[in-house]
Amino acid sequence: MKRIAFLVAALFALAGCMEVEQTATGAKAGKYQGKPDTAPWSNDPLAAGPKWNKGDRTSWEEQIKKRQLAQHEDRRIYQ
Amino acid sequence: MARMKFLCDAERCIECNGCVTACKQEHEIPWGVNRRRVVTINDGVVGAEKSISVACMHCSDAPCMAVCPVDCFYRTDDGVVLHDKDLCIGCGYCFYACPFGAPQFPQAGAFGLRGKMDKCTFCAGGPEADKSEAEFKKYGRNRLAEGKLPACAEMCSTKALLGGDGDVIADIYRERVTRRNKGFEAWGWGTAYGPGAKPGAAPATAGKS
Repeated sequence: MKRIAFLVAALFALAGCMEVEQTATGAKAGKYQGKPDTAPWSNDPLAAGPKWNKGDRTSWEEQIKKRQLAQHEDRRIYQ
Repeated sequence: MARMKFLCDAERCIECNGCVTACKQEHEIPWGVNRRRVVTINDGVVGAEKSISVACMHCSDAPCMAVCPVDCFYRTDDGVVLHDKDLCIGCGYCFYACPFGAPQFPQAGAFGLRGKMDKCTFCAGGPEADKSEAEFKKYGRNRLAEGKLPACAEMCSTKALLGGDGDVIADIYRERVTRRNKGFEAWGWGTAYGPGAKPGAAPATAGKS
């Protein structure tokens, strides 16, 4: 009887040892886990095309806004 | 800070599918994957047919980002929702979560193999070196890094599809609606759901017992 009890206790003890941590280490849930991306304004403008100063977000946004407003053909036609 | 969005004017869209073709051509999208598509309701009904071009809407609170089990989505400083294909496991959760059906899965292999998710990038590429070969192969052309807007919006022949900062394109649309001079019917409840029952008419009881 003692032997059986010892075996059962050993089994439970071993089962406890087998429990593995289920959460990923080093990762924060809900946070982007991939490679970092670069901003569009950190690129050199093309030789022929819209111009902005490399790394200057404001100048990039100004030229892209001009391009957005070019979609408004009513304003182009009636002004 | 810009929040890049698309806006499609259903009064102008003529279902030419030019935006779909431009997207396919610009990014060399494989057969079976449609980053953008044109949806038409009341097809063939004179005066009631409306079309709209749909792709990823780059939601401010994107459900795809919320459900992704490997957290491969991120939002750029311009508000564009992008993802890292090296992390994506192709589980399809984002497809079920997206109200627009934007996530696409290439099915080129046998036994219904589902590849890594592909979707509209607002022509902003992905987390590879800008304008590199790797970026083009995985995500398509990075037009924002070239100082341009998405190809679909820029080539739209009727300018039904607008792309850009939400505030700017909303202003363009608002001016258009005002110019149409439809009054209160320009947009809102009446435009979406019809004029409703005439005063004094019997209440609708269809489907009730």
